[in-house]
Amino acid sequence: MKRVVITGAGTINALGHDVPETLEAMREGRCGIAELDVRDAERLSVNIGAQVKGFSSEGLFNRQQMALYDRFTQFALVAAREAIAQSGLTFAGELAHKTGAILGNSGGGMTTIDENYRSVYEEGKNRVHPFVVPKLMNNAAASHVSMEFNLKGPTFTVSSACASSNHAMAQAFQMVRTGMSQVMITGGSESMLCFGGVKAWEGMRVMSKNGCRPFSANRNGMVQGEGAGVFVFEEMEHAKKRGAEILAEVVGFAMTSDASDIVMPSKQGAARAISGALKDAGLNPGDVQYINAHGTGTAANDKTESAAVADVFGRHADEVMISSTKAMHGHLIGGTGAVELLACIMAVRDGIIAPTINYEEPDPECALDVVPNEAREVAIEVALSNAFAFGGLNAVLALRRV
Amino acid sequence: MSDIKDKVIEIIAEQAVLEPSDVKMDSTLEDLGIDSLGLVESIFAIEEAFDIQVPFNANDPQESDFDISDVASIVAGVEKLVKEQIT
Repeated sequence: MKRVVITGAGTINALGHDVPETLEAMREGRCGIAELDVRDAERLSVNIGAQVKGFSSEGLFNRQQMALYDRFTQFALVAAREAIAQSGLTFAGELAHKTGAILGNSGGGMTTIDENYRSVYEEGKNRVHPFVVPKLMNNAAASHVSMEFNLKGPTFTVSSACASSNHAMAQAFQMVRTGMSQVMITGGSESMLCFGGVKAWEGMRVMSKNGCRPFSANRNGMVQGEGAGVFVFEEMEHAKKRGAEILAEVVGFAMTSDASDIVMPSKQGAARAISGALKDAGLNPGDVQYINAHGTGTAANDKTESAAVADVFGRHADEVMISSTKAMHGHLIGGTGAVELLACIMAVRDGIIAPTINYEEPDPECALDVVPNEAREVAIEVALSNAFAFGGLNAVLALRRV
Repeated sequence: MSDIKDKVIEIIAEQAVLEPSDVKMDSTLEDLGIDSLGLVESIFAIEEAFDIQVPFNANDPQESDFDISDVASIVAGVEKLVKEQIT
């Protein structure tokens, strides 16, 4: 088995348009959630979200690309450019043939779908733009990343709702670990903050109208975000040989299915994914100092996740720090695990633990060290990243300091 | 007002896959085998049937301004919302 390291990271999300801006916001506990600026917002009953502000395609893409790329694809490309530039890699010959892009995504080109449904249903038009299908398909982002960087290896999109990015990164990890590829580009992106996207989530009645307060007794739901996170996963010797900067090592993963309910989370399914990731990485519960929680801020997730962590960590549960950064960048659905992996990289590389902001009242059902409101400086070795999706699909990754 | 009661019971019975006569006013949703997803579906059906907005957040059903502890409380809640809408 090969060892796998991360040699590049890129992002765009409500906290920042790149990794340094995002990590600074996480250190400072800044909140990216604000009033939604979308068409027909007055017809929505949920009016907040973590939107990417100040984003303009001008200068980033040419006119033809702008017409062809949905917002979720643009986010993926912006993040991939940052990650690949940091890695210093260029893709040609054998490396290009073996390297691919595996990206998580849930909603596809939701803005494209929304705009074109309006045009045919609301405005009664009988003709749509020829790029509707290539813009809205879930694999558009992965395909455009592969085209821009000449990646000719295994490239596809993984869609498992809120666990999409973690499933995608676990798959890429597996490919590098088994020697199938020396380098893989992975992560995820999402952009559902349009009228139809928010309206669909409203129907579930799990959205908060006033803020995301994970693990806090007065939490009342999730808040959606948007953006992307993309990473370069590279075989360790390959990275060392070319003198690349190593951000962290990916040491294990596990995926499980609850096989019980389409929306209610299961403690057993979550616990099996966490303990499975530890086992895969050859770690004991006492080796883990930080968990980036799924922590959606819903009543059901946070108490189930806390119970799962308590089960797996036993007497060590009180020593492990667990925070949900969704209170800052919102829930990026299919892109969320990718942006959250940044908090794990910051934890193992910089020794800074991102806080759970908006924490107001302790909840006896979430009695863990949730790093309330303020970041902490602690040098740590191992961090986990949890993702537990609707559909009962769970994926957990383990990172280690290099 | 009995029309409202009958319609609410019909909606709940359909969700529970029961005959309306099997739904008693003191039945709880749990008694009827309606889970969280069934509950949000029932509330959606009630909103559509009466053209009202039911203040219900699945995150904290107890805190929502709509009592779902049994069929009678749901009927009373809907009657109140319908009345408020007329006045």
